[in-house]
Amino acid sequence: MPWSQMNNQHQEVSQFKARLWWALFLIVLVFAGIVSRLVYLQVWQHQHYVTESDDNRQQLQAIAPTRGLIYDTNGDLLAGNRASHILTLVPEQLAGGRGSIDGVLAELAQVITIDEGDIKRFKRRLNQPRRPHSPVALSFQLNQTEIAQIIVNQHRLPGVRIVPDLVRYYPSDEGFVHALGYVGRINDRELAKLDSTNYSATEHVGKLGVERYYETELHGTVGYQTVETNARGRVIQVLDRLEPVPGKDITLFLDAQLQQTAAKLLEGKRGAIVAIDPRTGGVLAMASAPSYGANQFVTGISNANYQALRKSDDLPLFNRALRGRYPPASTVKPVIAIAGIDSGIISRKYSIWDPGYYQLTEDGRLYRDWKEGGHGRVNMHKSIVESVDTFYYSIAHLMGNTPMTKYLALFGLGQVTIADQPEAIKAVLPTKKWKRANRNASWFRGDSLNLGIGQGFLSATPTQLATMAMLLANKGQWHQIRMIKAIDGQAVEKVSDIGRNDPKQPVNIELKRTSDWNKIHNAMVDVMHGKKGTGRRSGADSSYKIAGKTGTAQVLGIKQDDTYDAEKIAERFRDHGLYIGWAPAKDPVIVLAVIIENGGGGSSAAAPLARKLFDVRILGAMAEEKAEEKAEEKDGATNDG
Amino acid sequence: MGLQTMADFQRWAPEARRHLKKGPGLWLKLKLDPWLLLVLLAIMSFGLLVLYSGSGSSETAVNKQLVRYGLALLVMVIITQVNLRHVQRWIPLLYIAGLLLLVAVLLFGAGAKGAQRWLEIPGLPRFQPSEIMKLVVPLTVSWYLAGQPRPPKLIHVIVAMVLVAVPVLLIAKQPDLGTSLLIGSSGVFVVFFAGLLWRYIILAMALGAAGLPLMWMGLREYQKQRVITFLDPESDPLGAGWNIIQSKIAIGSGGINGKGWLQGTQSHLDFLPETHTDFIVAVLAEEFGLIGVCVLLSLYFLVVLRGLIIAGYATHPFDRMLAASLTLTFFVYVVVNVGMVSGLLPVVGVPLPLVSYGGTAAVTLMASIGLLMSIHARRPQRI
Repeated sequence: MPWSQMNNQHQEVSQFKARLWWALFLIVLVFAGIVSRLVYLQVWQHQHYVTESDDNRQQLQAIAPTRGLIYDTNGDLLAGNRASHILTLVPEQLAGGRGSIDGVLAELAQVITIDEGDIKRFKRRLNQPRRPHSPVALSFQLNQTEIAQIIVNQHRLPGVRIVPDLVRYYPSDEGFVHALGYVGRINDRELAKLDSTNYSATEHVGKLGVERYYETELHGTVGYQTVETNARGRVIQVLDRLEPVPGKDITLFLDAQLQQTAAKLLEGKRGAIVAIDPRTGGVLAMASAPSYGANQFVTGISNANYQALRKSDDLPLFNRALRGRYPPASTVKPVIAIAGIDSGIISRKYSIWDPGYYQLTEDGRLYRDWKEGGHGRVNMHKSIVESVDTFYYSIAHLMGNTPMTKYLALFGLGQVTIADQPEAIKAVLPTKKWKRANRNASWFRGDSLNLGIGQGFLSATPTQLATMAMLLANKGQWHQIRMIKAIDGQAVEKVSDIGRNDPKQPVNIELKRTSDWNKIHNAMVDVMHGKKGTGRRSGADSSYKIAGKTGTAQVLGIKQDDTYDAEKIAERFRDHGLYIGWAPAKDPVIVLAVIIENGGGGSSAAAPLARKLFDVRILGAMAEEKAEEKAEEKDGATNDG
Repeated sequence: MGLQTMADFQRWAPEARRHLKKGPGLWLKLKLDPWLLLVLLAIMSFGLLVLYSGSGSSETAVNKQLVRYGLALLVMVIITQVNLRHVQRWIPLLYIAGLLLLVAVLLFGAGAKGAQRWLEIPGLPRFQPSEIMKLVVPLTVSWYLAGQPRPPKLIHVIVAMVLVAVPVLLIAKQPDLGTSLLIGSSGVFVVFFAGLLWRYIILAMALGAAGLPLMWMGLREYQKQRVITFLDPESDPLGAGWNIIQSKIAIGSGGINGKGWLQGTQSHLDFLPETHTDFIVAVLAEEFGLIGVCVLLSLYFLVVLRGLIIAGYATHPFDRMLAASLTLTFFVYVVVNVGMVSGLLPVVGVPLPLVSYGGTAAVTLMASIGLLMSIHARRPQRI
């Protein structure tokens, strides 16, 4: 090997070794760079990333409290909660992210049917502020088939999840909706009013009736939990939990059996029934017909169904028991009579000769009695038993507006008497002031005559008429009319016990002579049991005494000299049949107001319904059966003898 | 011979006598380097531990990986038995065959996620020709430059660069940016160790910087997106930026000591992607903390150091350049992967050597280690 080449080689080796040192230098430099990056992330920024990591996996979730249950007076469940399955979407976890929502909805539509309205509501919820990776509800109450369909197709529907939930359920759907109301999805307007913290996990709120009035009690207090979730939002474990406080259970005076009977009696009719326990003021039944299903409103009614309800001529959504304004007609006669004698304007012996009409002035308008030819000599007792209009024209004319409206007000007309039904209205008690304000006219004598027979400007709701009946039955003793019996087992005497405003506090009615009550009572018993009582057919054969008063409200004024023919007038212009009453006549346990729209006369349309309800309340279903058995036995015995 | 040489002889003589008496050691007979082997086994063991956690406690994954390690070690042992002097002349053939396979991939290859990387030849297990090129390219360039005077003349450098560029472009076309970058750098390293003059190096760097915009235009849309995401991961936190954000959170939340083995929330709750493949180092950092990553990096550093020492001992220019290039390529592997996962570099699909789940990369890596050992076993003995 020539020396020069050796030297060259030596040079080359040393150059290579220099390059190796360079490489080592670079390697150490780069490793140092990486290590300092790691030190930066793991030491310097450690706390920041710990927070980020915890934020990733930990989520604070609000837990909705379980809504309180509603029971009837006997402890039967009227409103409960049942397990339901909600279809939800997590927009961030959809296969194509948020942008693919329409595609996913279309794909879902191939698997199950999704209502247009659901999609609309879903999109609205989607645009509301929400936590990333939190599910947005699309459709409520999936059935088993739909759940199965979705689970089978789960693999091609990432981000679509079925979430279990508790949803309000009304076991007897239609029959109770006008008494209980219902809960529905919280809407934007309600959202603004509700406590956003307490309702952060709540989907439903009371919309109507008892559900609305007792929302605070029924709702409860929100709970919280810190959960560990994975990247797809699935909860791995619960780290910390503050239990929600469930809503309070409430018990109503409502008697499910009576309510159901009332609803059944009203089937196919338009009308309302309100029953009250006169010893407490508790509402035993409150039915309005036609009715509608409450459960469909809980999960979101379809627009088509809702429009059908809204546009129906029979107004099923309209709560006649609380909001229907009916001329009370002859049902106010006992009160008018009391007004006459207690104010001292007419004597207790006052009587008239009834030719079948009443004339204010000679050649003036004829005010007809319902009975052509008249009732002959009529005193107060007979005027109630036979419901003689002429007698009341006469005393109304003597009294004029003030004593009548004063006494009608004492009996609860013209004011909201029920404490815990927010929809209740005042209807109209036409004082002189009212007529001036609303009709821009002064009070005429003819107005008084109409008022005397419960027609004209006067209107009342079935609930008000039941209140009036309770005061008659109780001889003026008031109780707050209310649905609520107890909250969480604690009796509620009046709503101010639970911090609410009582309706205008009524005073007990004290007549100058308490024996006058008995006179009225006797007359009302004779209505049901007297030979000529207007309700005698409904009072016949009862094992207990009933007191009552029928009424027939004219829908149109009957023209002079026209003969009244119900069949010739369209059904809608037929008379409303009314009835108020209580049973047993002494120590009553139930007072009733029944109204059947366009049903014809009160004695034929309303009183028979009342009798059935009295039977259910007093004899009970069992007792009724027993009575039948006994009757059979008796028949058998007679045959034998 | 000068005085110096005499002194050397006197110093070495006793040891040489001992050597002559005992003959070469067991390791030398096996052609294996115990130091390198020990460190690699340590990396593999540590890797299996992390893999078990990263794969969601999957024993199947660990078992499969064990089999791959066995296969890779076998390949390494076989390659160490080969004397490079004897096979050197076949290298150009190997290169041409490799190019043909790459062309075949582009024409008939199979693939996933829009990339054609695999070749299925009946009778053979399906494989990635680009993996073979990881060895063939440094072999070829080393072979070529070993036959030229050193430092290489410009024309030789250009030829060498062409030899590198052809397979690199073919692989980039698949597209497989990570692999083509690694292969490209392995070729460049050979040129660097051949003694490329500094002025050329500086010139190349300047040209490279100027050519960056051109390269940008040559990138595919998804590749551009990766670079954008790298520069600003928050621009798309739920999309492309998700991976890098989550991996930084995993690393950072691990702290110095880590959350403990199997205790990583980022990985076990699926916030972290690809926990058993490309992002496995984030699992390590989350569960074993800074200490754990530093232990692994130190092991890698020992491999690199040993590789450089082997290159330093090698006498044949071919051996020298090859050993140094393979060592640096191994280093680049580590840096690109860790740099990517820790947010220092854009996301390129490069696995963590010997730790990430996957067989092909492990076999190729151990084959290159085999080459290193083969070189070292045939170094001139100090007698």
